[in-house]
Amino acid sequence: MVDVAFQPNGVAKAGGARKRSSLRTTLKRKSTAAFLMTLPLILLIAILVIYPAFYSVHLATLNKSMQRFIGLGNFEFLFKRDTFWLVVKQSCIFAITAVIFKALIGFIVAHFVHNIPAKGQRKWRGMLLVPWVIPPAMSTLAWLWLFDPSYSAFNYTLSFFGIGPIPWTGDADWARFSVILVNIWYGAPFFMIMYLASLKSVPEQLYEAAAIDGANWWQRIWYVTLPMMRNIIAITTLFSLIVTFANFDIVRILTAGGPLDHTHIFATWAFRVGIEGSDIPLGASVSLFMVPILAIAAIFILRDVNKRGNEA
Amino acid sequence: MTSTVVIDKAAPTRTVKYGSMSRDRAWALRWSYFFLGLFAIFSLVPPLYMLITSLKSSAEISAATNPWWVFHPTLSNYVALLSSNQFLRFFWNSALVSIFVVTITMLISVPAAFALARMRFWGSATLATGVFLTYLIPDSLLFIPLFKMFALFGDWTGIPLINRWYVLLIIYPTLTVPFCTWIMIGYFASIPKELDEAAIIDGASWFQTLTRIFIPVAMPGLIAATIFAFTVSWAQFLYPLVFTTSTDQLVLPVGIITTLIKGDVFNWGQIMTGALLGAAPPLIIYAFLMDYYIAGLTAGATKG
Repeated sequence: MVDVAFQPNGVAKAGGARKRSSLRTTLKRKSTAAFLMTLPLILLIAILVIYPAFYSVHLATLNKSMQRFIGLGNFEFLFKRDTFWLVVKQSCIFAITAVIFKALIGFIVAHFVHNIPAKGQRKWRGMLLVPWVIPPAMSTLAWLWLFDPSYSAFNYTLSFFGIGPIPWTGDADWARFSVILVNIWYGAPFFMIMYLASLKSVPEQLYEAAAIDGANWWQRIWYVTLPMMRNIIAITTLFSLIVTFANFDIVRILTAGGPLDHTHIFATWAFRVGIEGSDIPLGASVSLFMVPILAIAAIFILRDVNKRGNEA
Repeated sequence: MTSTVVIDKAAPTRTVKYGSMSRDRAWALRWSYFFLGLFAIFSLVPPLYMLITSLKSSAEISAATNPWWVFHPTLSNYVALLSSNQFLRFFWNSALVSIFVVTITMLISVPAAFALARMRFWGSATLATGVFLTYLIPDSLLFIPLFKMFALFGDWTGIPLINRWYVLLIIYPTLTVPFCTWIMIGYFASIPKELDEAAIIDGASWFQTLTRIFIPVAMPGLIAATIFAFTVSWAQFLYPLVFTTSTDQLVLPVGIITTLIKGDVFNWGQIMTGALLGAAPPLIIYAFLMDYYIAGLTAGATKG
């Protein structure tokens, strides 16, 4: 639209002062209209996203009854608690393991889907994306029922192979495994669909050239596919890292942080402390620990977005 | 992919060398189907298990027979839930919230995306990037300050917001608007400039350009954004869990979890039925509009 606004400008210069001033008012009107159109968006973001983000920093400096300023007291308290360090460790294990497996499975499945004849792809893609479509709160209930200690469908099936009853959500390590498994189940389709879209954009000639040069399948993936998909892999992984790090639904429903806080991650622990334990400042302090990872991811994504902007 | 098919068909008439290559391809294809089958089973087990359990009576569930088969199928769970006022209330609340949120989201994000994509003004590029970054701020970071803010707001003005379903109409747009604006910017930016230049020359106002040109042309993007906004607001779990507590204000996911699980007694037949009914609207939309759904999903990273 910039061109439209400026082209008549040249004409207006020749046309005289009166015309130019009327043009100026229209220009002014255009930017006013644009501003008014974005105003609801700006207000929404400012009041309900930016302000609460800073408000939570303020909350984190108050005492439990929120009447006294205690500076970094909440953080000091957290650093002295073993549970907090457990939560930090678990959040990192949870997010990193889940994202790695989601990315790997997504990559492999995307290749399989890409391998089969085009007319069958739609059907398979449709089936494989189902986990992503079901609201996670609903599907986690199904997993909870599959993991049920007394009527577990998994343990029933495994008993035929002579594998003893597994305490899916009862034992700390198994509970961590289950939580990560459900997260992988839910998130891998997203990677699959992203990778599939980018696999389709790799020109077929590159593979033909590689085949003529005698590249085997591994070399084709390593030297052709991966470099072509680098951008999508990076941005999808960062996305997923943020979402997984901030995950709440799955852990909350599957284990509620148990057994003995051994599956709590930042979001669920912040909920436990802040809402259920009604210590809002402490809960705010806990959730603030998600900020560093978000900031790092945001910087990388921003760099990528800007790069794309320049290319376009 | 078409090239593979061609080689396969031509193989018997060609030389042995090509035949071995096609045999390799055939095996690769077979392995692909095998693993795809495994992954499809992995993906579909939980929803299928929901369906299986929902068709069982409580007696059959506690009898601990083969959990993967229904011996005496019954619709009693569906009848019980669909005739329960409480459950219908959850469903109604969810539907109401989702429809309102979709409307609010579209009313905010479409004009904003139009302004950001076409009417360059001071700070518009920064704002577009900022919108994208807000999408990355998760709900689990904001729920505590928002809870406190709304509680204080209620104290000051006397308008109760905590424990009212309509508080969700204020909060959900923070999840939907940034992403919808972002993908609409992408779709609007891909519309050729000549189109709106022609409209402006013909004397159309900005508003007319938006409603007569941009919205019809970017309809696929609009549908994708609508689907995104609907699924997000239908599936959201953390905010309703924090902000609503009384049973007549709950939305579906929270309602099922807080009312059907009574202490240690799990009525699994009804829980699975509720979960399946709760998963049905997004699944139905997905079944009919899969291409739009996928377009919306991939637009966030590939466009822009």
